[in-house]
Amino acid sequence: MAATPTDFGAAAPPDSFWRRLSTFFYRHKTISLILLLASPLLLLVVIYLGSLAALLVNSFFYLDGFTGQIVKQFTLKTYAQLLQPANIDIIRRTVVMALAVSVADSLLAFPVAYYMARYAAPRTKAFLYFAVLLPLWSSYLVRVYAWRLILAQEGILTWFLNVLHLNGVLNALLGLPGIGGTSLGVSPLGTFIVFTYTWLPYMILPIAAALERVPQNVLDASGDLGAHPSTTFWRITLPLAFPGVIAGSIFSFSLTLGDFIIPGMVGNSSYFIGQAVLAHQGTSGNLPLAAAFTVVPIVIMGIYLLVARRMGAFDAL
Amino acid sequence: MSTQPVPAIRFSGVSRLFGEMKAVDNLNLDILDGEFFTLLGPSGSGKTTTLRLVAGFDQPTSGSIQLFGQEVAGLPPYERDVTTVFQDYALFPHMTVGENVGYGLMIRKVPKPEREKRVAEMLELVRLPGLAERKPSQLSGGQRQRVALARALITKPRVLLLDEPLGALDLKLRQQMQVELKGIQEQVGITFIYVTHDQEEALTMSDRVAVFNLGRVEQVGSPAEIYEHPNTAFVAGFVGTSNLISGELANTITGSPQAFSIRPEKIRMCSPGDPVGAEACAAEGKIIDVAYLGVMTRYLVELADGSTLTVVEQNLATTSMDVMAAQGRPVQLIWQREHNRPIGEG
Repeated sequence: MAATPTDFGAAAPPDSFWRRLSTFFYRHKTISLILLLASPLLLLVVIYLGSLAALLVNSFFYLDGFTGQIVKQFTLKTYAQLLQPANIDIIRRTVVMALAVSVADSLLAFPVAYYMARYAAPRTKAFLYFAVLLPLWSSYLVRVYAWRLILAQEGILTWFLNVLHLNGVLNALLGLPGIGGTSLGVSPLGTFIVFTYTWLPYMILPIAAALERVPQNVLDASGDLGAHPSTTFWRITLPLAFPGVIAGSIFSFSLTLGDFIIPGMVGNSSYFIGQAVLAHQGTSGNLPLAAAFTVVPIVIMGIYLLVARRMGAFDAL
Repeated sequence: MSTQPVPAIRFSGVSRLFGEMKAVDNLNLDILDGEFFTLLGPSGSGKTTTLRLVAGFDQPTSGSIQLFGQEVAGLPPYERDVTTVFQDYALFPHMTVGENVGYGLMIRKVPKPEREKRVAEMLELVRLPGLAERKPSQLSGGQRQRVALARALITKPRVLLLDEPLGALDLKLRQQMQVELKGIQEQVGITFIYVTHDQEEALTMSDRVAVFNLGRVEQVGSPAEIYEHPNTAFVAGFVGTSNLISGELANTITGSPQAFSIRPEKIRMCSPGDPVGAEACAAEGKIIDVAYLGVMTRYLVELADGSTLTVVEQNLATTSMDVMAAQGRPVQLIWQREHNRPIGEG
């Protein structure tokens, strides 16, 4: 077979500056990568990690009670202050709330996400994703204010429960020590309701995404080997979707740990970590203690992720 | 006839409709106990749907499916004594190989020591001993295939369904697995129902083959029957390569307008004018294309009326240079009349 000569080189475009520039970047992958990542890295390292470092450093200073001056020397006095009973109370209250909200959110989100991922027809599914995301388009402050009105003593929820003659149930709930109060608007129960509502979309989306990634034929295989649908759910579906639950709970847990607006607007006067940080860095000028308080959620999240990893929550990733 | 054994699977008038589309159209078929039975057909011919109907992942629109004489249409998968080897393996990614293989036994609440023993035996059978602690993601495609097979066999089902299980493997591994699968089937002695679009695979392994087309079974028979005596033009064309000759050309060659098929390997190429025996057919033409395939060479010969016939010849003494030079050469094609297979208007 005689080869037919073809001048492939004739098709090449003329040499230009841009052409040589693209060739340069094509050959020097590291330089392209540096250029690509320069601005986000600068922002991350200087502003984000820098402020975190400043925070950590500050937490090892302490506020001199007599002079009102911050003593810039390494000391653990601030951490000793952090461990005083009143502050431990704040931390415990916040962590319990964050746990309760995460559990409630995952219980509420899972059925919704399951329906979205496994049953809904494409149009219904698109509508549901839209509906889940819609609240995030309005300001979080506006929504918290709306809840204040809903939960107030003379608000719409109390009125509605009166219509249903269920105010006895509400009063019984509000009478419970620890979670009750004079009305939902000023009780830990109210704080819990608003937290749960606010972080719910952040729980639904990762669980739905995880459930959509579970292949149908893996579920078929389980049934094929004799497993009833409930067994398939506990043995296959749930373990495979669990990283989604963990991802969602990271949102709900960490966002609750740091929030100061919701407990400030809906709830009683007991502080949460976020409020304590706000108060210490503002009015009392105790920046070191505020910094030490901020370290708490970071440490808790670190431990949380480690435990989740140990439990094999990320094995299916 | 009354003492005939109960078939492993009996389809009676089974149809599965998706809207207007008949994925499976009035299927009547018996698959015998202990048989290696292959459902062969192009994609969309209904073979995979048929398999899913047996597994219970899908239910027939009408008709009856009996498993050893017991009606199973309408039963969910977990109440049928059949298991499946899936096309893309469908291993449980969060479990180890051992947990995957032992899953069916765990569901049946077999105690752990016995479970582990049987898992080890099963891994031995599929030649993966000692891999029980690995995760599926650490295995190669061929190894995953073996795990899927072990997982499906451990519960000792009466029928094993295999949905194009070798489709994702490379040629060498596929040929090796074909031999192994057949060996395992003979060892465990249960019915295998095997879905494939690869006619060579079907011919290699099967006791019997059903050729599917457009939701219907075109022909059921042993590999040799299917290959040597195709009933329809579709079977002749899909299983191996065939030359279909009909109409005026058939009349010229055989003296009858009856359409027939002739396999390319049955045709001999001679020089124009060579003597033709009394029991032989002949046609003259010109070689218009030559494809050198290593083991053999495939020629495309154009006849006087413009139709083309495919002819293959083994490369006994020829070299690629010789065969390439044949391009454009006038030839006479001769074959024995007995190799003509009359074809109905399928």
